Amino acid sequence: MRNTTLTALLTVALVTSSAVAQNARLTDNVVKVGVLTDLSGVYSELSGQGSVRAAQMAADDFMRANPSFKGKVQVVGVDHQNKADVASNKAAEMIDRQNVDVLMDLPTSSAALAASEVARQKKIPVMVVTGGTTALTNEKCSKYTFHYAYDNYMLANGTGTAVTKRGGNSWYIMYPNYAFGQDLSRQFASAISENKGKLVTNAEATPFPNTDFSSYLLKAQGLKPKIFGTMQAGADLVNVVKQYNEFGLRQQGIGLGIGLLFETDVAALGQDAFAGALATVPWYWNLDQRARDFAAKFEKAFKKKPTFAQAGVYSATMQYLQAVARARSDNGDAVVKALEGYRFSDFFARNAYIRPQDHRVILDVYTVQVKSRAQSKEPGDIYAKVATIPAARAFQPLSESKCKF
Amino acid sequence: MNTQLLLIQVFNGLVNGAFYALLSLGLAVIFGMLRIVNFMHGALYMLGAFTAFALGQAFGLGFWPSLLLAPLLVGALGMLLERTLLSRLYGLDHSYNLLLTFGLTLLTQDLVKQVMLSRFDVSSAPFTPPAALAGVVNLGFVIFPKYRLFVIALALAVCLITWFVIERTRVGATIRAATENPGVTRAFGINVGRWVTGVFGVGVALAGLAGVLAAPIYSVEPYMGAELIITTFAVVVIGGMGSILGSVVTGFAVGVLSAIGAAFYPPIANTLVFILMAVVLLVRPSGLFGLPEGAR
Repeated sequence: MRNTTLTALLTVALVTSSAVAQNARLTDNVVKVGVLTDLSGVYSELSGQGSVRAAQMAADDFMRANPSFKGKVQVVGVDHQNKADVASNKAAEMIDRQNVDVLMDLPTSSAALAASEVARQKKIPVMVVTGGTTALTNEKCSKYTFHYAYDNYMLANGTGTAVTKRGGNSWYIMYPNYAFGQDLSRQFASAISENKGKLVTNAEATPFPNTDFSSYLLKAQGLKPKIFGTMQAGADLVNVVKQYNEFGLRQQGIGLGIGLLFETDVAALGQDAFAGALATVPWYWNLDQRARDFAAKFEKAFKKKPTFAQAGVYSATMQYLQAVARARSDNGDAVVKALEGYRFSDFFARNAYIRPQDHRVILDVYTVQVKSRAQSKEPGDIYAKVATIPAARAFQPLSESKCKF
Repeated sequence: MNTQLLLIQVFNGLVNGAFYALLSLGLAVIFGMLRIVNFMHGALYMLGAFTAFALGQAFGLGFWPSLLLAPLLVGALGMLLERTLLSRLYGLDHSYNLLLTFGLTLLTQDLVKQVMLSRFDVSSAPFTPPAALAGVVNLGFVIFPKYRLFVIALALAVCLITWFVIERTRVGATIRAATENPGVTRAFGINVGRWVTGVFGVGVALAGLAGVLAAPIYSVEPYMGAELIITTFAVVVIGGMGSILGSVVTGFAVGVLSAIGAAFYPPIANTLVFILMAVVLLVRPSGLFGLPEGAR
């Protein structure tokens, strides 16, 4: 008797669980977007809660625009603390326990690589928006990973080329000693040499994180390069630029080249500290009217202007959901197929194309120059566009890709 | 090795050394006199910087008034904490005050983060050197920010004054007596509790002062003290727990050594202090200037 009850219970349990699993594969009426991001650390202001909100806005807009879509879209935000091991655990937990159908955002290259590996094993798509390393579309590429918005090749190609061509042909470069910094520094060095510029000394690795950069600034002062190139990001970059100004390098004729610049870094120091510096960005809020419209909507919801990371998360979420609609399924393989080779143009990604061979999402990007306070017309108006780099030339050409799915 | 670069870095290292010295001096005073391992010292340093920024934003106060006011405010907060919380732990194991001050650190960091984001709308606060000290000066062998020269000079002066007061004056003698033998000191009609609170306040004010001095150099953000405090503890250990002279000399020395490290072999810059600590502890377990426990 006891045994029969147990067997019956087990059978019921098995049947129900397999039914749930079956449902999940065939759109269980919920498409769940997991925003795996930095909710507490150095990148929380440029991505963080703002990224979660952006994904939620995309979900709402998608539902409004597609009333015939049968199902719900849910968004969850999870903190990966910029740590690879945490990212890996959280990604697995989100996919296994919370039935998340796609991972989104992923600042910090090492965390992005770790989550991408988990998603590959579990056959779930990942849209890396805020992580920068080019390994994601090269040796560490995966059939399920898409690299959105920007990457180190594009930053170096854009800024390294623009600065070198404008006469900044001798560089001193320092970089934070972790995956992102090492990669970015390599990309810059090759962009500079391709444009007949040179490094005055080998690029220098600094500890990460780090607050005091005076030793490197003094060294650069002695070597007299035309450009002081920094690959630091976030809070470290703020320290670098503060000290660059303090040591008066600008007055000594040494320009500033910045690897990766976010709007929030400029806000932290005041734009005059950055004035004149060149950087390359995939988007900024007052790029044009469509961008401004989105920014206004975002600001209404979040009380702040969107960074390119947050705008990118909106765009990536929307593209993912539309791919789900095209595929009529949230099955990972089906959505990947619907995304591959897709061409589109939205408020964020212009002339965009999802390259099927390496899943690099290519789009127009912009080399910008930071305006001085006197030059800006309204609060947050910090960039002047120097050049538009068309999608086809902005990113690493396929011929150089080391990606094999 | 390039001698000019070496000379430049020795000089440059004095700036960071000044911060290490000021912070470890405060720690040494507090530990030497009160036997409190103040893990909150880094957060109070951050609070000094943040207070200077906030005073400027809220009341338009410039650098100079802040340089005086912020350490006073931080010192007052320290005395309040000592009276209400720390004083309850005297006589208990060190781990209690360590846990308490660590908890207070986390609390302070998060509080400041919230205030920065909600009230000032930044995650890192802008702060520039005062107009009189802006710009650089050509010293012949190096072009150096004026402000950094000022930091070295002021820190040296403050360290010297603190040392002098504690080792050479009647006030210092009273403090030392009150902490060496509270019972006898009390018998002389001296209010020991009040002296203890005062000493804690001064130690904490030194951290606040270092914070204000750091604001024009490093980015003012909630976690700016977290990295620094670890190095500072290493400095205190190398110098000898509680030794005033030890903390000052070692503070400047560690600053200089890591600057040289950063210039000639960058990966070692942040580890150098711990290598030094390991070596010193092997040779002299009580630190360079410390007295063995029994001799106290």
